[in-house]
Amino acid sequence: MTTRFFGDTAILTGRSLRHIGRSPDTIVTTAITPIAMMLMFVYVFGGAIDTGSHESYVSYQLPGILLITIASGIAYTAYRLFQDKNGGMFDRFQSMPIARSAVLWGHVLTSLVANMISLVVVVLVALLMGFRTGASVLDWLAVIGILALFTLALTWLAVVPGLTAGTVEGASAFSYPLIFLPFLSSAFVPTDTMPGPVQAFAEHQPVTSIVDTIRAIFAGQDPGNDVWIALAWCVGLLVVAYVLATAAYRRKFA
Amino acid sequence: MNPTPAIQIAGLTKSYGDVHVLEGVDLTVEKGSIFALLGSNGAGKTTAVKILTTLLKADDGTATVNGFDVRTQAQDVRGSISLTGQFAAVDEILTGRENLILIAKLLRQKNPGAIADDLLARFSLTEAGNRKVATYSGGMRRRIDIAMSLIGNPPVIFLDEPTTGLDPEARIEVWQAVKELAEGGTTVLLTTQYLEEAEQLADRIAILHGGRIIANGTLAELKALFPPAKKEYVEKQPSLEEIFLAITGKSNSTVPAGNTTVKES
Repeated sequence: MTTRFFGDTAILTGRSLRHIGRSPDTIVTTAITPIAMMLMFVYVFGGAIDTGSHESYVSYQLPGILLITIASGIAYTAYRLFQDKNGGMFDRFQSMPIARSAVLWGHVLTSLVANMISLVVVVLVALLMGFRTGASVLDWLAVIGILALFTLALTWLAVVPGLTAGTVEGASAFSYPLIFLPFLSSAFVPTDTMPGPVQAFAEHQPVTSIVDTIRAIFAGQDPGNDVWIALAWCVGLLVVAYVLATAAYRRKFA
Repeated sequence: MNPTPAIQIAGLTKSYGDVHVLEGVDLTVEKGSIFALLGSNGAGKTTAVKILTTLLKADDGTATVNGFDVRTQAQDVRGSISLTGQFAAVDEILTGRENLILIAKLLRQKNPGAIADDLLARFSLTEAGNRKVATYSGGMRRRIDIAMSLIGNPPVIFLDEPTTGLDPEARIEVWQAVKELAEGGTTVLLTTQYLEEAEQLADRIAILHGGRIIANGTLAELKALFPPAKKEYVEKQPSLEEIFLAITGKSNSTVPAGNTTVKES
Protein backbone atom coordinates (compact mmCIF):
# COMPACT_ATOMS: atom_id res chain seq x y z
CA MET A 1 0.00 0.00 0.00
CA THR A 2 2.83 2.43 0.76
CA THR A 3 4.49 1.98 -2.62
CA ARG A 4 1.05 2.49 -4.13
CA PHE A 5 0.73 5.72 -2.10
CA PHE A 6 4.05 7.17 -3.24
CA GLY A 7 3.47 6.19 -6.86
CA ASP A 8 -0.06 7.60 -6.95
CA THR A 9 1.01 10.78 -5.16
CA ALA A 10 3.80 11.29 -7.71
CA ILE A 11 1.41 10.75 -10.65
CA LEU A 12 -1.25 13.08 -9.23
CA THR A 13 1.31 15.73 -8.26
CA GLY A 14 2.58 15.61 -11.84
CA ARG A 15 -0.96 16.17 -13.02
CA SER A 16 -1.61 19.30 -10.98
CA LEU A 17 1.88 20.67 -11.61
CA ARG A 18 0.97 20.43 -15.28
CA HIS A 19 -2.07 22.60 -14.49
CA ILE A 20 0.27 25.23 -13.09
CA GLY A 21 2.51 24.94 -16.11
CA ARG A 22 -0.53 25.55 -18.32
CA SER A 23 -1.60 28.62 -16.36
CA PRO A 24 1.57 30.24 -14.98
CA ASP A 25 -0.58 33.29 -14.20
CA THR A 26 -1.48 31.61 -10.89
CA ILE A 27 2.14 32.04 -9.83
CA VAL A 28 2.27 35.63 -11.10
CA THR A 29 -1.03 36.48 -9.35
CA THR A 30 0.25 34.96 -6.14
CA ALA A 31 3.41 37.06 -6.27
CA ILE A 32 1.97 40.32 -7.56
CA THR A 33 -0.07 41.41 -4.51
CA PRO A 34 2.79 40.88 -2.05
CA ILE A 35 5.14 42.69 -4.43
CA ALA A 36 2.73 45.65 -4.67
CA MET A 37 2.49 45.72 -0.86
CA MET A 38 6.25 45.58 -0.59
CA LEU A 39 6.63 48.53 -3.00
CA MET A 40 4.08 50.52 -0.98
CA PHE A 41 5.59 49.73 2.40
CA VAL A 42 9.16 50.43 1.33
CA TYR A 43 8.62 53.49 -0.86
CA VAL A 44 5.54 55.09 0.78
CA PHE A 45 5.33 54.22 4.48
CA GLY A 46 8.83 52.94 5.07
CA GLY A 47 10.55 56.34 5.39
CA ALA A 48 8.30 57.26 8.30
CA ILE A 49 8.60 53.96 10.17
CA ASP A 50 11.20 53.76 12.89
CA THR A 51 11.99 50.10 13.31
CA GLY A 52 14.69 50.76 15.88
CA SER A 53 17.15 48.62 13.94
CA HIS A 54 19.86 49.68 11.53
CA GLU A 55 18.94 47.29 8.74
CA SER A 56 17.19 48.74 5.69
CA TYR A 57 13.39 48.75 5.78
CA VAL A 58 13.15 46.49 2.72
CA SER A 59 15.07 43.84 4.66
CA TYR A 60 12.98 44.50 7.77
CA GLN A 61 9.61 43.89 6.11
CA LEU A 62 10.60 41.07 3.70
CA PRO A 63 9.81 38.16 6.09
CA GLY A 64 6.24 39.45 6.56
CA ILE A 65 5.80 39.85 2.80
CA LEU A 66 6.97 36.26 2.30
CA LEU A 67 4.27 35.01 4.69
CA ILE A 68 1.63 37.10 2.87
CA THR A 69 2.79 35.47 -0.38
CA ILE A 70 2.17 32.02 1.08
CA ALA A 71 -1.21 33.04 2.52
CA SER A 72 -2.40 34.22 -0.90
CA GLY A 73 -0.87 31.27 -2.76
CA ILE A 74 -2.66 28.56 -0.84
CA ALA A 75 -6.05 29.89 -1.99
CA TYR A 76 -5.33 28.14 -5.30
CA THR A 77 -5.19 24.78 -3.55
CA ALA A 78 -8.71 25.32 -2.24
CA TYR A 79 -9.75 26.41 -5.72
CA ARG A 80 -8.26 23.40 -7.51
CA LEU A 81 -9.66 20.96 -4.97
CA PHE A 82 -13.09 22.52 -5.35
CA GLN A 83 -12.87 22.14 -9.14
CA ASP A 84 -11.91 18.47 -8.83
CA LYS A 85 -14.75 17.81 -6.43
CA ASN A 86 -17.36 19.56 -8.56
CA GLY A 87 -16.04 18.46 -11.94
CA GLY A 88 -16.30 14.77 -11.03
CA MET A 89 -12.57 14.00 -11.09
CA PHE A 90 -12.75 13.19 -7.38
CA ASP A 91 -15.48 10.63 -7.95
CA ARG A 92 -13.45 9.08 -10.74
CA PHE A 93 -10.31 8.83 -8.59
CA GLN A 94 -12.30 7.54 -5.61
CA SER A 95 -13.80 4.73 -7.65
CA MET A 96 -10.33 3.60 -8.76
CA PRO A 97 -8.07 1.23 -6.83
CA ILE A 98 -5.62 3.97 -5.89
CA ALA A 99 -4.33 5.17 -2.51
CA ARG A 100 -7.11 7.51 -1.45
CA SER A 101 -5.01 10.04 0.44
CA ALA A 102 -2.81 10.45 -2.66
CA VAL A 103 -5.55 12.59 -4.17
CA LEU A 104 -5.05 15.21 -1.44
CA TRP A 105 -1.27 14.86 -1.23
CA GLY A 106 -0.98 15.56 -4.96
CA HIS A 107 -2.62 18.94 -4.45
CA VAL A 108 -0.65 19.70 -1.28
CA LEU A 109 2.75 19.00 -2.85
CA THR A 110 1.78 21.05 -5.88
CA SER A 111 0.99 23.95 -3.55
CA LEU A 112 4.41 23.57 -1.98
CA VAL A 113 6.17 23.76 -5.35
CA ALA A 114 4.03 26.65 -6.63
CA ASN A 115 4.48 28.68 -3.47
CA MET A 116 8.24 28.14 -3.47
CA ILE A 117 8.40 29.51 -7.01
CA SER A 118 6.30 32.54 -6.01
CA LEU A 119 8.58 33.12 -3.02
CA VAL A 120 11.65 33.08 -5.25
CA VAL A 121 10.02 35.72 -7.48
CA VAL A 122 9.27 37.94 -4.45
CA VAL A 123 12.81 37.56 -3.06
CA LEU A 124 14.27 38.47 -6.47
CA VAL A 125 12.20 41.68 -6.52
CA ALA A 126 13.30 42.43 -2.95
CA LEU A 127 16.94 42.02 -4.05
CA LEU A 128 16.35 44.58 -6.80
CA MET A 129 14.87 46.90 -4.16
CA GLY A 130 17.99 46.68 -2.04
CA PHE A 131 17.44 43.67 0.19
CA ARG A 132 20.80 42.29 1.29
CA THR A 133 21.70 39.46 3.59
CA GLY A 134 24.84 37.79 4.76
CA ALA A 135 22.96 34.54 5.29
CA SER A 136 25.00 31.41 4.65
CA VAL A 137 23.75 28.41 2.67
CA LEU A 138 22.81 26.78 5.96
CA ASP A 139 20.91 29.91 7.05
CA TRP A 140 19.01 29.90 3.76
CA LEU A 141 18.14 26.23 4.22
CA ALA A 142 16.71 27.07 7.65
CA VAL A 143 14.60 29.90 6.18
CA ILE A 144 13.38 27.63 3.34
CA GLY A 145 12.56 24.92 5.88
CA ILE A 146 10.43 27.25 8.02
CA LEU A 147 8.65 28.69 4.97
CA ALA A 148 7.99 25.17 3.64
CA LEU A 149 6.53 24.09 6.99
CA PHE A 150 4.33 27.20 7.11
CA THR A 151 3.20 26.52 3.51
CA LEU A 152 2.34 22.91 4.31
CA ALA A 153 0.39 23.94 7.42
CA LEU A 154 -1.65 26.59 5.59
CA THR A 155 -2.16 24.34 2.56
CA TRP A 156 -3.68 21.57 4.68
CA LEU A 157 -5.86 24.27 6.20
CA ALA A 158 -6.91 25.29 2.67
CA VAL A 159 -7.93 21.70 1.95
CA VAL A 160 -10.85 22.07 4.39
CA PRO A 161 -12.72 24.86 2.52
CA GLY A 162 -11.72 23.26 -0.78
CA LEU A 163 -13.62 20.12 0.22
CA THR A 164 -16.52 21.70 2.09
CA ALA A 165 -17.27 25.02 0.36
CA GLY A 166 -20.45 25.32 -1.69
CA THR A 167 -19.09 27.87 -4.18
CA VAL A 168 -15.76 28.74 -5.79
CA GLU A 169 -15.83 32.12 -4.01
CA GLY A 170 -16.35 30.42 -0.68
CA ALA A 171 -13.49 28.05 -1.36
CA SER A 172 -10.95 30.82 -1.88
CA ALA A 173 -12.33 33.56 0.43
CA PHE A 174 -11.03 31.91 3.59
CA SER A 175 -7.48 33.05 2.87
CA TYR A 176 -8.25 36.79 3.30
CA PRO A 177 -8.00 36.74 7.10
CA LEU A 178 -4.73 34.84 6.77
CA ILE A 179 -3.34 37.54 4.49
CA PHE A 180 -4.36 40.10 7.13
CA LEU A 181 -2.60 38.34 9.99
CA PRO A 182 0.91 39.71 9.28
CA PHE A 183 -0.42 43.27 9.71
CA LEU A 184 -1.22 42.45 13.35
CA SER A 185 2.31 41.25 13.98
CA SER A 186 5.89 42.46 14.05
CA ALA A 187 6.04 42.14 10.24
CA PHE A 188 5.92 45.85 9.37
CA VAL A 189 6.33 47.80 12.63
CA PRO A 190 7.76 46.86 16.02
CA THR A 191 5.01 45.62 18.31
CA ASP A 192 5.97 47.86 21.24
CA THR A 193 4.26 50.92 19.72
CA MET A 194 0.89 49.09 19.63
CA PRO A 195 -1.79 49.58 22.31
CA GLY A 196 -1.91 46.88 25.00
CA PRO A 197 -4.48 44.35 23.69
CA VAL A 198 -3.26 44.61 20.10
CA GLN A 199 0.30 44.16 21.26
CA ALA A 200 -0.67 41.15 23.34
CA PHE A 201 -2.33 39.57 20.31
CA ALA A 202 0.54 40.46 17.99
CA GLU A 203 3.16 38.96 20.26
CA HIS A 204 1.32 35.71 20.76
CA GLN A 205 0.28 34.83 17.23
CA PRO A 206 2.34 32.60 14.94
CA VAL A 207 3.35 35.24 12.40
CA THR A 208 5.42 37.31 14.85
CA SER A 209 7.69 34.48 15.94
CA ILE A 210 8.15 33.29 12.36
CA VAL A 211 8.89 36.81 11.11
CA ASP A 212 11.32 37.49 13.98
CA THR A 213 13.13 34.22 13.33
CA ILE A 214 13.56 34.80 9.59
CA ARG A 215 14.53 38.45 10.17
CA ALA A 216 17.20 37.44 12.67
CA ILE A 217 18.59 34.76 10.35
CA PHE A 218 18.76 37.20 7.42
CA ALA A 219 20.52 39.74 9.67
CA GLY A 220 23.07 37.15 10.75
CA GLN A 221 21.84 37.18 14.36
CA ASP A 222 20.88 34.35 16.64
CA PRO A 223 17.07 34.04 16.61
CA GLY A 224 17.26 32.54 20.11
CA ASN A 225 14.02 31.16 21.44
CA ASP A 226 11.97 32.56 18.56
CA VAL A 227 13.02 29.76 16.26
CA TRP A 228 11.58 27.14 18.61
CA ILE A 229 8.35 29.07 19.11
CA ALA A 230 8.08 29.48 15.34
CA LEU A 231 8.69 25.77 14.75
CA ALA A 232 6.18 24.84 17.44
CA TRP A 233 3.54 27.07 15.80
CA CYS A 234 4.24 25.63 12.33
CA VAL A 235 4.21 22.00 13.44
CA GLY A 236 1.18 22.56 15.70
CA LEU A 237 -0.75 24.27 12.89
CA LEU A 238 0.29 21.54 10.49
CA VAL A 239 -0.97 18.77 12.77
CA VAL A 240 -4.28 20.50 13.52
CA ALA A 241 -4.84 21.38 9.84
CA TYR A 242 -3.98 17.85 8.73
CA VAL A 243 -6.42 16.33 11.21
CA LEU A 244 -9.18 18.76 10.18
CA ALA A 245 -8.56 18.13 6.48
CA THR A 246 -8.54 14.36 6.88
CA ALA A 247 -11.75 14.53 8.91
CA ALA A 248 -13.43 16.68 6.23
CA TYR A 249 -12.24 14.21 3.57
CA ARG A 250 -13.59 11.20 5.48
CA ARG A 251 -16.94 12.88 5.98
CA LYS A 252 -17.15 13.74 2.31
CA PHE A 253 -15.93 10.46 0.87
CA ALA A 254 -16.53 7.87 3.55
CA MET B 1 -24.83 -23.69 -12.50
CA ASN B 2 -24.92 -19.97 -13.17
CA PRO B 3 -21.61 -18.16 -12.78
CA THR B 4 -21.44 -15.48 -10.07
CA PRO B 5 -23.48 -12.52 -11.21
CA ALA B 6 -21.56 -9.36 -12.03
CA ILE B 7 -23.70 -7.34 -9.67
CA GLN B 8 -25.97 -8.59 -6.90
CA ILE B 9 -27.96 -6.27 -4.66
CA ALA B 10 -30.31 -7.26 -1.85
CA GLY B 11 -32.40 -5.03 0.39
CA LEU B 12 -30.36 -1.92 -0.29
CA THR B 13 -31.56 1.19 1.56
CA LYS B 14 -30.25 4.74 1.72
CA SER B 15 -31.73 7.86 3.26
CA TYR B 16 -30.57 11.44 3.43
CA GLY B 17 -32.11 12.64 6.66
CA ASP B 18 -35.85 12.24 6.22
CA VAL B 19 -35.61 11.61 2.50
CA HIS B 20 -35.71 7.89 1.77
CA VAL B 21 -33.99 7.54 -1.59
CA LEU B 22 -33.67 3.76 -1.73
CA GLU B 23 -36.15 1.64 0.21
CA GLY B 24 -35.02 -1.90 -0.35
CA VAL B 25 -33.58 -2.43 -3.81
CA ASP B 26 -32.99 -5.99 -5.07
CA LEU B 27 -31.23 -6.56 -8.35
CA THR B 28 -29.08 -9.10 -10.17
CA VAL B 29 -27.02 -8.31 -13.24
CA GLU B 30 -25.58 -11.25 -15.18
CA LYS B 31 -22.03 -11.20 -16.49
CA GLY B 32 -21.55 -9.75 -19.94
CA SER B 33 -24.95 -8.14 -20.19
CA ILE B 34 -26.08 -4.56 -20.64
CA PHE B 35 -28.43 -3.68 -17.85
CA ALA B 36 -30.44 -0.46 -17.87
CA LEU B 37 -31.67 1.11 -14.69
CA LEU B 38 -34.54 3.27 -15.76
CA GLY B 39 -36.09 5.99 -13.66
CA SER B 40 -37.16 9.60 -13.62
CA ASN B 41 -35.03 12.38 -12.19
CA GLY B 42 -34.50 11.91 -8.48
CA ALA B 43 -35.56 8.27 -8.53
CA GLY B 44 -32.28 7.28 -6.86
CA LYS B 45 -30.37 5.96 -9.87
CA THR B 46 -27.25 7.95 -9.12
CA THR B 47 -27.41 7.02 -5.44
CA ALA B 48 -27.53 3.35 -6.38
CA VAL B 49 -24.57 3.75 -8.71
CA LYS B 50 -22.59 5.63 -6.06
CA ILE B 51 -23.15 2.83 -3.57
CA LEU B 52 -22.09 0.19 -6.10
CA THR B 53 -18.95 2.15 -6.99
CA THR B 54 -17.98 2.56 -3.28
CA LEU B 55 -18.49 6.35 -3.30
CA LEU B 56 -21.37 6.12 -0.83
CA LYS B 57 -22.19 3.74 1.98
CA ALA B 58 -25.62 2.17 2.07
CA ASP B 59 -27.63 2.34 5.29
CA ASP B 60 -28.63 -1.28 5.06
CA GLY B 61 -28.62 -4.24 2.69
CA THR B 62 -25.83 -5.92 0.77
CA ALA B 63 -24.26 -5.39 -2.60
CA THR B 64 -21.54 -7.31 -4.37
CA VAL B 65 -19.77 -6.32 -7.56
CA ASN B 66 -17.73 -8.93 -9.41
CA GLY B 67 -18.13 -11.12 -6.32
CA PHE B 68 -16.72 -8.51 -3.91
CA ASP B 69 -18.72 -6.88 -1.13
CA VAL B 70 -18.85 -3.10 -1.63
CA ARG B 71 -18.63 -2.50 2.10
CA THR B 72 -15.91 -4.89 3.23
CA GLN B 73 -13.93 -5.35 0.01
CA ALA B 74 -14.14 -1.83 -1.37
CA GLN B 75 -10.63 -1.79 -2.79
CA ASP B 76 -11.27 -5.07 -4.67
CA VAL B 77 -14.49 -3.62 -6.04
CA ARG B 78 -12.58 -0.54 -7.21
CA GLY B 79 -10.15 -2.82 -8.99
CA SER B 80 -13.03 -4.46 -10.89
CA ILE B 81 -14.99 -1.44 -12.06
CA SER B 82 -14.89 1.88 -13.74
CA LEU B 83 -17.33 4.71 -13.37
CA THR B 84 -18.45 7.25 -15.92
CA GLY B 85 -20.36 9.72 -13.82
CA GLN B 86 -23.33 11.84 -14.70
CA PHE B 87 -21.14 14.74 -15.77
CA ALA B 88 -18.09 14.03 -17.87
CA ALA B 89 -15.32 13.61 -15.30
CA VAL B 90 -12.41 14.76 -17.39
CA ASP B 91 -9.54 17.07 -16.63
CA GLU B 92 -10.26 20.09 -18.82
CA ILE B 93 -6.81 21.59 -18.56
CA LEU B 94 -5.12 18.43 -19.81
CA THR B 95 -5.38 17.21 -23.39
CA GLY B 96 -7.48 14.18 -24.24
CA ARG B 97 -4.35 12.09 -24.61
CA GLU B 98 -2.97 13.27 -21.26
CA ASN B 99 -6.24 12.38 -19.56
CA LEU B 100 -5.99 8.82 -20.88
CA ILE B 101 -2.32 8.55 -19.91
CA LEU B 102 -3.10 9.81 -16.40
CA ILE B 103 -5.64 7.06 -15.80
CA ALA B 104 -3.42 4.40 -17.43
CA LYS B 105 -0.54 5.38 -15.13
CA LEU B 106 -2.75 5.31 -12.04
CA LEU B 107 -3.83 1.80 -13.04
CA ARG B 108 -0.15 0.85 -13.51
CA GLN B 109 -0.64 -0.13 -17.13
CA LYS B 110 2.36 -0.82 -19.31
CA ASN B 111 2.83 1.60 -22.23
CA PRO B 112 0.29 4.28 -21.20
CA GLY B 113 1.08 6.21 -24.38
CA ALA B 114 0.21 3.28 -26.63
CA ILE B 115 -3.02 2.65 -24.71
CA ALA B 116 -3.97 6.31 -25.09
CA ASP B 117 -3.29 6.34 -28.84
CA ASP B 118 -5.26 3.13 -29.32
CA LEU B 119 -8.29 4.49 -27.46
CA LEU B 120 -8.13 7.84 -29.24
CA ALA B 121 -8.29 5.95 -32.53
CA ARG B 122 -11.18 3.75 -31.35
CA PHE B 123 -13.23 6.77 -30.34
CA SER B 124 -12.32 8.86 -33.42
CA LEU B 125 -10.46 11.38 -31.29
CA THR B 126 -6.98 11.00 -32.75
CA GLU B 127 -7.01 14.47 -34.29
CA ALA B 128 -8.32 16.10 -31.11
CA GLY B 129 -5.99 14.08 -28.91
CA ASN B 130 -3.46 16.82 -28.35
CA ARG B 131 -6.02 19.56 -27.71
CA LYS B 132 -7.15 20.59 -24.26
CA VAL B 133 -10.41 18.90 -23.30
CA ALA B 134 -11.81 22.37 -22.52
CA THR B 135 -12.09 22.87 -26.29
CA TYR B 136 -14.09 19.65 -26.87
CA SER B 137 -17.78 19.44 -27.73
CA GLY B 138 -20.17 17.68 -25.38
CA GLY B 139 -20.08 14.47 -27.41
CA MET B 140 -16.29 14.44 -27.59
CA ARG B 141 -16.03 14.94 -23.82
CA ARG B 142 -18.35 12.02 -23.25
CA ARG B 143 -16.33 9.86 -25.60
CA ILE B 144 -13.02 10.65 -23.90
CA ASP B 145 -14.80 10.08 -20.58
CA ILE B 146 -15.95 6.62 -21.65
CA ALA B 147 -12.55 5.89 -23.19
CA MET B 148 -10.96 6.65 -19.81
CA SER B 149 -13.32 4.12 -18.25
CA LEU B 150 -12.13 1.35 -20.56
CA ILE B 151 -8.48 1.49 -19.51
CA GLY B 152 -7.40 -1.67 -17.75
CA ASN B 153 -10.39 -3.58 -19.16
CA PRO B 154 -12.52 -3.54 -16.00
CA PRO B 155 -15.06 -6.39 -16.00
CA VAL B 156 -17.89 -4.11 -14.86
CA ILE B 157 -18.56 -0.61 -16.16
CA PHE B 158 -21.03 1.87 -14.69
CA LEU B 159 -22.42 4.56 -16.95
CA ASP B 160 -24.56 7.09 -15.10
CA GLU B 161 -26.84 8.84 -17.61
CA PRO B 162 -24.22 8.65 -20.35
CA THR B 163 -26.23 10.61 -22.91
CA THR B 164 -27.96 13.26 -20.80
CA GLY B 165 -27.32 16.66 -22.33
CA LEU B 166 -26.00 15.30 -25.61
CA ASP B 167 -27.36 16.13 -29.05
CA PRO B 168 -28.87 13.26 -31.08
CA GLU B 169 -25.72 12.62 -33.12
CA ALA B 170 -23.53 12.43 -30.04
CA ARG B 171 -26.05 10.14 -28.40
CA ILE B 172 -25.80 7.66 -31.26
CA GLU B 173 -22.00 7.78 -31.03
CA VAL B 174 -22.19 6.91 -27.35
CA TRP B 175 -24.66 4.09 -28.00
CA GLN B 176 -22.28 2.66 -30.57
CA ALA B 177 -19.45 2.73 -28.03
CA VAL B 178 -21.56 1.00 -25.37
CA LYS B 179 -22.61 -1.75 -27.78
CA GLU B 180 -18.99 -2.43 -28.73
CA LEU B 181 -18.16 -2.74 -25.06
CA ALA B 182 -20.73 -5.39 -24.40
CA GLU B 183 -19.62 -7.33 -27.46
CA GLY B 184 -16.22 -7.56 -25.79
CA GLY B 185 -17.80 -9.32 -22.80
CA THR B 186 -17.87 -6.38 -20.40
CA THR B 187 -20.84 -6.05 -18.07
CA VAL B 188 -22.43 -2.62 -18.39
CA LEU B 189 -24.84 -1.09 -15.94
CA LEU B 190 -26.23 2.13 -17.29
CA THR B 191 -28.79 4.48 -15.87
CA THR B 192 -31.02 6.51 -18.07
CA GLN B 193 -34.23 8.47 -18.07
CA TYR B 194 -34.74 7.86 -21.78
CA LEU B 195 -36.94 4.88 -22.55
CA GLU B 196 -35.58 4.70 -26.07
CA GLU B 197 -32.04 4.39 -24.78
CA ALA B 198 -32.93 1.42 -22.61
CA GLU B 199 -34.78 -0.15 -25.53
CA GLN B 200 -31.83 0.36 -27.88
CA LEU B 201 -29.09 -0.92 -25.65
CA ALA B 202 -30.19 -3.09 -22.81
CA ASP B 203 -30.54 -6.85 -22.50
CA ARG B 204 -32.49 -6.33 -19.32
CA ILE B 205 -34.26 -3.32 -17.92
CA ALA B 206 -35.22 -2.50 -14.35
CA ILE B 207 -37.46 0.40 -13.44
CA LEU B 208 -36.54 2.20 -10.24
CA HIS B 209 -39.43 4.14 -8.78
CA GLY B 210 -40.21 5.34 -5.29
CA GLY B 211 -37.01 3.77 -3.97
CA ARG B 212 -37.86 0.28 -5.20
CA ILE B 213 -37.48 -1.80 -8.34
CA ILE B 214 -41.05 -1.97 -9.61
CA ALA B 215 -40.35 -3.91 -12.79
CA ASN B 216 -37.44 -6.00 -13.97
CA GLY B 217 -36.98 -8.11 -17.08
CA THR B 218 -36.17 -8.20 -20.76
CA LEU B 219 -37.95 -5.78 -23.03
CA ALA B 220 -40.24 -8.63 -24.17
CA GLU B 221 -41.03 -9.57 -20.57
CA LEU B 222 -41.82 -5.99 -19.65
CA LYS B 223 -44.10 -5.72 -22.65
CA ALA B 224 -45.84 -8.90 -21.60
CA LEU B 225 -46.72 -7.30 -18.29
CA PHE B 226 -49.11 -5.06 -20.12
CA PRO B 227 -52.37 -5.99 -21.86
CA PRO B 228 -51.80 -8.23 -24.89
CA ALA B 229 -50.77 -6.48 -28.05
CA LYS B 230 -53.45 -5.61 -30.50
CA LYS B 231 -52.86 -4.43 -34.02
CA GLU B 232 -53.96 -1.02 -35.06
CA TYR B 233 -52.90 1.02 -38.01
CA VAL B 234 -51.55 4.42 -37.24
CA GLU B 235 -49.88 6.92 -39.48
CA LYS B 236 -46.55 7.54 -37.91
CA GLN B 237 -45.15 11.00 -38.49
CA PRO B 238 -41.38 11.08 -38.40
CA SER B 239 -40.16 12.47 -35.10
CA LEU B 240 -38.20 15.70 -35.10
CA GLU B 241 -35.19 13.66 -34.12
CA GLU B 242 -35.55 11.45 -37.21
CA ILE B 243 -35.95 14.53 -39.39
CA PHE B 244 -32.91 16.14 -37.84
CA LEU B 245 -30.80 13.04 -38.35
CA ALA B 246 -32.04 12.55 -41.91
CA ILE B 247 -31.24 16.14 -42.88
CA THR B 248 -27.83 16.15 -41.25
CA GLY B 249 -27.09 12.82 -42.91
CA LYS B 250 -26.32 11.03 -39.68
CA SER B 251 -29.20 8.64 -39.95
CA ASN B 252 -28.43 5.34 -38.37
CA SER B 253 -29.91 1.92 -38.63
CA THR B 254 -30.66 2.08 -34.93
CA VAL B 255 -33.20 4.79 -35.56
CA PRO B 256 -36.41 3.46 -37.07
CA ALA B 257 -37.38 5.23 -40.25
CA GLY B 258 -40.54 5.15 -42.27
CA ASN B 259 -43.98 6.61 -42.20
CA THR B 260 -46.63 4.02 -41.78
CA THR B 261 -45.81 1.27 -39.39
CA VAL B 262 -47.75 -1.33 -37.58
CA LYS B 263 -47.53 -0.32 -34.01
CA GLU B 264 -48.01 -2.74 -31.20
CA SER B 265 -49.62 -1.09 -28.27
